[in-house]
Amino acid sequence: MHVLDKTQMERLEAKAVNSAKTRQPLYAPRKKIFPKRASGSFRRFKWLVMAITLGIYYLMPWLRWDRGPFAPDQAVLIDLANRRFYVFFIEIWPQEFYYVAGLLMMAGIGLFLITSTVGRAWCGYTCPQTVWVDLFLVVERAIEGDRNARMKLDAGRWTARKLVLRVSKHAIWLVIAAATGGAWILYFADAPTLIGDVFNGTAASVAYVTIAVLTATTYTFGGLMREQVCTYMCPWPRIQAAMLDENSLTVTYNDWRGEPRSRHAKKVQAAGQPVGDCVDCNACVAVCPMGIDIRDGQQLECITCALCLDACDGVMNKLGKERGLISYATLSDYNANMAVATAGGSGPVNPSLVRTADSTFSARLAHFHIRKIFRPRTFFYMGAWTAVGLALIYSLLTRDRLEINVLHDRNPQFVTLSDGSIRNGYTVKLLNMIPEPRTIVVTMQGLQGAEMSVVGSDLPAARFFAIAVEPDRLNMLKVFVRQPAGEVRHAAQTFKFRVEDRASFESDEYTATFNAPEIAR
Amino acid sequence: MSSEHIDEVSGISTTGHEWDGIRELNNPLPRWWVITFYITVAWAVAYTIAYPAWPMLSSATKGVLGYSSRNAVKIELAAAEAAKGKYVAAIQQKTVSEIAADDALREFAVAAGGATFKVNCVQCHGSGAQGSKGFPNLNDDDWLWGGTTEQIQQTIAHGIRFASDPDTRQSEMPPFGDIITPEQIAQVGAYVASLSGKVQDASLIEPGAKVFAENCVACHGDNAKGNKELGAPNLTDAIWLYAPGETAIAVQVRAPKHGVMPAWIRRLGETKVKELAVYVHSLGGGE
Repeated sequence: MHVLDKTQMERLEAKAVNSAKTRQPLYAPRKKIFPKRASGSFRRFKWLVMAITLGIYYLMPWLRWDRGPFAPDQAVLIDLANRRFYVFFIEIWPQEFYYVAGLLMMAGIGLFLITSTVGRAWCGYTCPQTVWVDLFLVVERAIEGDRNARMKLDAGRWTARKLVLRVSKHAIWLVIAAATGGAWILYFADAPTLIGDVFNGTAASVAYVTIAVLTATTYTFGGLMREQVCTYMCPWPRIQAAMLDENSLTVTYNDWRGEPRSRHAKKVQAAGQPVGDCVDCNACVAVCPMGIDIRDGQQLECITCALCLDACDGVMNKLGKERGLISYATLSDYNANMAVATAGGSGPVNPSLVRTADSTFSARLAHFHIRKIFRPRTFFYMGAWTAVGLALIYSLLTRDRLEINVLHDRNPQFVTLSDGSIRNGYTVKLLNMIPEPRTIVVTMQGLQGAEMSVVGSDLPAARFFAIAVEPDRLNMLKVFVRQPAGEVRHAAQTFKFRVEDRASFESDEYTATFNAPEIAR
Repeated sequence: MSSEHIDEVSGISTTGHEWDGIRELNNPLPRWWVITFYITVAWAVAYTIAYPAWPMLSSATKGVLGYSSRNAVKIELAAAEAAKGKYVAAIQQKTVSEIAADDALREFAVAAGGATFKVNCVQCHGSGAQGSKGFPNLNDDDWLWGGTTEQIQQTIAHGIRFASDPDTRQSEMPPFGDIITPEQIAQVGAYVASLSGKVQDASLIEPGAKVFAENCVACHGDNAKGNKELGAPNLTDAIWLYAPGETAIAVQVRAPKHGVMPAWIRRLGETKVKELAVYVHSLGGGE
């Protein structure tokens, strides 16, 4: 038997799918983030926004609004059971839901407008996820301390103190979460009554289920998942790319004055090498609620909350340097300034190129100008937003509060009576859309000789009748219209039902058809 | 994949999938995602144990909770029956006029009767109760056997000319082709047609009136207004069960057609018949 040399042995191109070298963990544990408290003008602005948005959310259901004795006095109420929606002086019926669709359109276009001008301001300031995470972080800092204390506590062994701190933190989070779920249901029923019912255990089970679900989601999203919601779950960061352009303001680390960064600026400077303004103190990273480094450039995870901007400005102040190493800047300004700092891209960033001899900034640097906000794109968004808004206002001011809808009986379309007269049946719906009782007069116009009678009422057959309608209700009547044989002109005649409120002079009309057999002509 | 490819920028190995030079990084999954995934797997397994799921040879596993959609329907139907209970009990107790006088009961009876009508009556009377040739229109104000709620109830319960019900409404117009001459038939046809419209040959009317007085008044009355006791139609109105006009009338006189309506009491029961009577009465022509 011929024995092969081992070099002659063919080597197969095969590899184990889970070979130790390439084996990956099935999951990546979350890298915990311990955002440090920031202070500065943007942080103050965020506190203000937080106070306003949370204030609106928690207090709105308690606002009262007098609508008279026949409608609820809650300023904002979504009355699903009765299918009425109240927003201050506006009352919306289900068929007027297009107002809500219009508001959603405005919200969408408004989001485009805001994003194309000031970037992800929605994410950074007003998104409920951001606001509630901010609120949860306030609690966390108050109980466990700021960044370093929290990191130490987290790394340390479980002690009685750690247990107490953790339990109290999660307890307060749960209380906030429950209050969030509790406030939500108050929009759907009379708040003072419902809150009493919730506490004495007599509220509807759907109320408790809603509170439980929203408590769980608020606690999980705001307390446990935090930045992961933005990074993994929210689609909005992915849509940003289409919204932003080179003239949108975004939180930007200005490499052109920061690089090369150095922790030992003096030493480097003494060595005759260029040195930028960034002292690599990582203050921007420490305050970031998303745990990212803005100096890596604009990235998916950045919600543009501008806390790094506050942190860096604080450091620059201490160092006696100009603020704005991290700033709101547009890509076009940034690129222009980078071109200056790199001498047109011919070399690495040299911060001395952006400064004059007396170390103030060069006049060649681009600065954001308010004009950049006004560009065709934002005009278009603004125009569309305004158009929808004006259309909604116009429609709201001119909408009917008294309506008539008529449904002609389809089967049979007409009935011949023994005296030869023709009868048609109609389902007449009278809509009194104000919270006051009214007496409405229904009149027939056209259809010679015909008279109406209301089924189930004692009203005599006539060409008009008056009927009382309840406040905020639809009144459905079955009306028979009867025309004597001699008056029938066509197989299909049209006539009008007209409703009038003789007190307010409101009226509405409906053109209906009166059918007759061909033979009756 | 022959060899491992490491992405230059991120330093992470790729899955080897490539689309136009774009490679997929082999990043690990987030832990919450994996946990959620395992929870859904566990949920799916538990679900197939708790609910009917696995197909076996002749049926499927029953599930430990004992749920079945058929049972759920039964429970819902029982709940619906229970909800109707108090109305049905009241309808059993009261007469049809009492039911019609009570707003809530009438509303219930009209809805229930409407449903029964759609299943049992539309075949002849039409889905809008508008009838057709030979089948009366129930919307109008012309009633062969009377249009009060009680009379309608009686008609529905026992039918018309329905041999197997002893209480059925019975009447039969004899075929006058055997009794009077064709001339007389033409004359009486013209007379009857003239009561509600125009006729071609007015000279037939007078002899027709005589024929009518001799042969027809016993059932249709001196003034031809009919007789509801006998189911004899009113011949002076605009409504014709078969067809209007002197020719059609003459055809009916010579060899009358008679419709049959079944008795419904044994099939539908007292309650449903009452509901139907209230429904039919509500269509607009009830007396």
